[in-house]
Amino acid sequence: MCTGRVDLAFVLRAFSRGADGVFIGGCRLNECNYTTHGNYYALRMTHICKKMLGLMGLDPERLRTEFISSGEGNRFAELMNEFSTTVRGIGPLGEAEGIDEDLLRFRLDAAAKLVPYIKLLERERFRVQFDSRDAYDRYFGSEEFDRLFAETVGSRMAMSQIVSLLRDKPLGVGQIAGALGLTPSEVSQHLGNSSRHGLVRYDEGQKRYALA
Amino acid sequence: MCVEYCPVLYPDAFNQEISQNKAVHVYFSQAVPLITYIDESCLYLKDKKCGICETVCQAGAIDFTQTEEKVEVKVGAIVLTPGFEPFDPKALAEYRYGEFANVITSMDYERVMCATGPYQGEILRGSDLKHPRRIAWLQCVGSRQVREGANSYCSAVCCTYTQKQVILTKEHDADVACTVFHNDIRAYGKDFERYYGRAEGLDDVRFIRSYASIVREDPETKNVTVRYSTPDDGVKEEEFDLVVLSVGLNPPDEVQGLAAKFGIELGEHGFSKAVPSNPVATTRPGVFVSGAFQGPTDIPDSVYSASAAGAQCGELLDHRRGKLATERRYPLEKDVTADPLRIGVFVCHCGANIGRIVGVPSVVEYVRTLPNVVFADEQLFSCATNSAKDITEVVKRENLNRVIVAACSPRTLEPLFRDTLREAGLNQYYLEMANIREHCSWVHAKEKDAATQKAKDIIRMAVARAAHLEPLQEFDLPVDKAALVVGGGVAGMTTAVRIAEQGHEVYLVEKERDLGGMARRLHTTLEGLDVQAFLKDLMRRVYQHPLVHVITGATITGVYGYVGNFRTRVESRGRVREIKHGIAVIATGAEEYRPTEYLYGEDERVMTHLEVEQAVARGDDRVLGARSVVMIQCVGCRQEDRNYCSRVCCSQAVKNALRLKENDPDTDVYILFRDMRTYGFREDAYREAAGKDVKFIRYEPEARPAVEAAGGSLRVVVRDPILGQDLAIDADLVSLAAAVVPGGDNQRVSQLFQVGLGPDGFFKEAHVKLRPVEFGTDGVFLCGAAQYPKHLPETISHANGAAGRAVALLSNDTVVASGSVCEVDEDKCVACGECVSACSYGAVELRETGTGRRAGVNPVLCKGDGLCNAVCPTGAISLKHFTDEEFISQIDAVLAEVG
Repeated sequence: MCTGRVDLAFVLRAFSRGADGVFIGGCRLNECNYTTHGNYYALRMTHICKKMLGLMGLDPERLRTEFISSGEGNRFAELMNEFSTTVRGIGPLGEAEGIDEDLLRFRLDAAAKLVPYIKLLERERFRVQFDSRDAYDRYFGSEEFDRLFAETVGSRMAMSQIVSLLRDKPLGVGQIAGALGLTPSEVSQHLGNSSRHGLVRYDEGQKRYALA
Repeated sequence: MCVEYCPVLYPDAFNQEISQNKAVHVYFSQAVPLITYIDESCLYLKDKKCGICETVCQAGAIDFTQTEEKVEVKVGAIVLTPGFEPFDPKALAEYRYGEFANVITSMDYERVMCATGPYQGEILRGSDLKHPRRIAWLQCVGSRQVREGANSYCSAVCCTYTQKQVILTKEHDADVACTVFHNDIRAYGKDFERYYGRAEGLDDVRFIRSYASIVREDPETKNVTVRYSTPDDGVKEEEFDLVVLSVGLNPPDEVQGLAAKFGIELGEHGFSKAVPSNPVATTRPGVFVSGAFQGPTDIPDSVYSASAAGAQCGELLDHRRGKLATERRYPLEKDVTADPLRIGVFVCHCGANIGRIVGVPSVVEYVRTLPNVVFADEQLFSCATNSAKDITEVVKRENLNRVIVAACSPRTLEPLFRDTLREAGLNQYYLEMANIREHCSWVHAKEKDAATQKAKDIIRMAVARAAHLEPLQEFDLPVDKAALVVGGGVAGMTTAVRIAEQGHEVYLVEKERDLGGMARRLHTTLEGLDVQAFLKDLMRRVYQHPLVHVITGATITGVYGYVGNFRTRVESRGRVREIKHGIAVIATGAEEYRPTEYLYGEDERVMTHLEVEQAVARGDDRVLGARSVVMIQCVGCRQEDRNYCSRVCCSQAVKNALRLKENDPDTDVYILFRDMRTYGFREDAYREAAGKDVKFIRYEPEARPAVEAAGGSLRVVVRDPILGQDLAIDADLVSLAAAVVPGGDNQRVSQLFQVGLGPDGFFKEAHVKLRPVEFGTDGVFLCGAAQYPKHLPETISHANGAAGRAVALLSNDTVVASGSVCEVDEDKCVACGECVSACSYGAVELRETGTGRRAGVNPVLCKGDGLCNAVCPTGAISLKHFTDEEFISQIDAVLAEVG
């Protein structure tokens, strides 16, 4: 089995079960034991997942992927100790970021539901292939990618959270913004999108948004 | 345990005696077998004192009563692989090795850099254990020198290993300044030129072409001063913190005794005496060599020559193949899929390896409380024969249907424990190993309580996963015993004959009308082989062999199937036939570049080296009568669009020069070169040519020579980099070292057989060092210049090596395909094709089904990397034994106690 088999869903699952950090170790890049160079897939997934952590208000440093050969025991130990120190420094998941437990669960559930959508997106929009770690770091660190990510995963994630919230009861913009930690104008934008998709409607009587 | 208690500390030979080791120890951390042994420094062996290890060994593995025994073994063939001995620079006092603390050999440095080395991978120098900031390498130490104590030949590997050391040094610490003092850079191997470029292009790395000598050591700082010269600055002195001597390769120690014992002759340099037509043979039939005992040899050459020697032993012993093997019989497998889970856990102490860190009894107690676990117990060594039998017995007695062995890494012992399950009538995929040694006790030796807790966590994960395991079937595929060899040159013919000699039908397919390939144009080699006589004999053997079927004028139009079961359509002279074969060997060779430079094709006095060789052989007066011959090296390669070295041309030039000088010693011969790459023993011919007044003039790639027709002769102008002046030479003949270029059909062949090409267009082997005759695609092999340019003896060895690997596969009646392959849930599949593009093995394809297009897996081609799983948006494709639910169960289990 290859590092590329590590599914985005596994990583999100680990966080949703309370892991404070996730480390993925794979073979060195360009030294594939198969012919597939799947560790680059893992690298791409890692970048996307870090962005999602950011979107959820979690520290992206909680996820780390490194490529180490079986002959580099010392390096492996060093990296593990380093990562362990980093995660300890960040603190407990959610709590350290000032997100209460229910909201965190809510966001992680929303993220997990997006996995199939992200895989389709990867296919259609994020499909980049480089031959070095630097190139991936550059692409995923670029403003262009940030914009693309916000337009796609970002808005989908907000919409999915809004829909979940409204399932309980109709809410006003301010209430939604408070619950999701977004600004009212961001919420209005997502509500606009959601009503265009026919997911929500504005209830004139209650002056609140409700599920369509 | 024994290593820890052993009181003897002595210099560790594996770490170049830089650090210390115990009398009882593991030789090095990747040693095979990875077990301890006792060497001569042992106090008990010396004077019957001590013996502590015997008392502390819980396995009772140490027995001091053993004595030396002589065993007589009857064998049908012998392979000698004593390797080489690194050159000891103490033989040459001026290198000050052993005298100056900061002058070390490349072997010492190799250990210093290594994570398992004396300084745990930190680069430190001996005098003060500080990080050196300025490191110099001196090349050709003990090599390419005609004098007492040194070797005249080139050691062939030092240029590239030095570049590797430079690159690794910079990876360790980018601020170290690296300087390499070198003669020619001999980057003649596959991808070596690029590698050289990579090393040279790093910041603060200098390659200086100069002889360098060690002048003095600073008494305070122990820094070392090196003297060298450059064309611009003349003689200079420079101080370094550390000097590495790039030592060459000597014959193995006590080689004379070895040769006498086995009755073989040695060559003039003390290595095995070569037989040009069969480089792995010795002067005694039935005794073979491989590796560096043939002479200085790089890793891939060692590997394929080992396969070649193996193939020739196989040929001698073919009548006995399989006679010592016995077939295993297992009880019938029970179907337990409908039974309630009954998990059994065996926790191994591994002697003291696990037991003294991890509290095994408390782990067992804990494991008994886990869901579905009906049995748990501890074992001293789970892998011991009696313990493995116990597992089988307990499985039967307790009616277990999932088994967990909590012990070491599955890498070594999983096959053994799978076997114990089969012995108990249980599917082998119901085994799960929990690694509480490498992942736990070994790395947490100082935190016993935490390690015990971690062992419990690891086993809890294994128990969770075990609940989801499914019985899987490995399946046997019949092997068609025939071989297809593509290409009828020396490589293809050699491999064809070798495979046929071991009883397999061989179809040898050649696109031209005649066999022979490039060798038809060669007449002699530097080793003294009469190529045409050799070729004639090889062709005779091919045509006379009843099992070799030659098809010339052939085109391959289609290849179908997979390892063991290929079908290939071959068209020849209007007739199409379909050949069934179990393996294929790609031996399509390479081609000669047709120069566009230096008036080639415009003036008939400009020829290629190969054309000159042919002209000499047929006694062409235009060539033999030339009074002045200029050879220009590196035409069409070592440049941006063909960034590799053609490997053979330097030796070819020297060979032609010697031939011309032999014809008429008064002929003026000039060789214009960039680096003379007469590696290995070919260096002797280079020296001989220089001694016969062949003039070698180096040129820089930025100032290539110019050739113009000037009246009756040709005028060659070249800038001499040492004199800094243009030299004009009048020539009757200009001979070009035209590059060796990949075959024009390579692209097509690579698509037909689903094998890869490298960046230069040559075929890409499975691993450049370790699997030089195999492709990543099972059942397809390669040999000869199709892989990379080669000298004739190298091609012969490579072809024998490919035959060896091919026969190893063909001699099996079946190949076993793993049970852990992908499968598709057609109800979930949306035919998006993501899995198809992720799979570089071509194991997944979209097929028409009754309900539309769906992905389908060919389990024979699937290698189980599982990449397709991670890209599938609907979770339709799934890698058996590594399913989503198996992973999720482990993730949930490990975090269950976190919250």
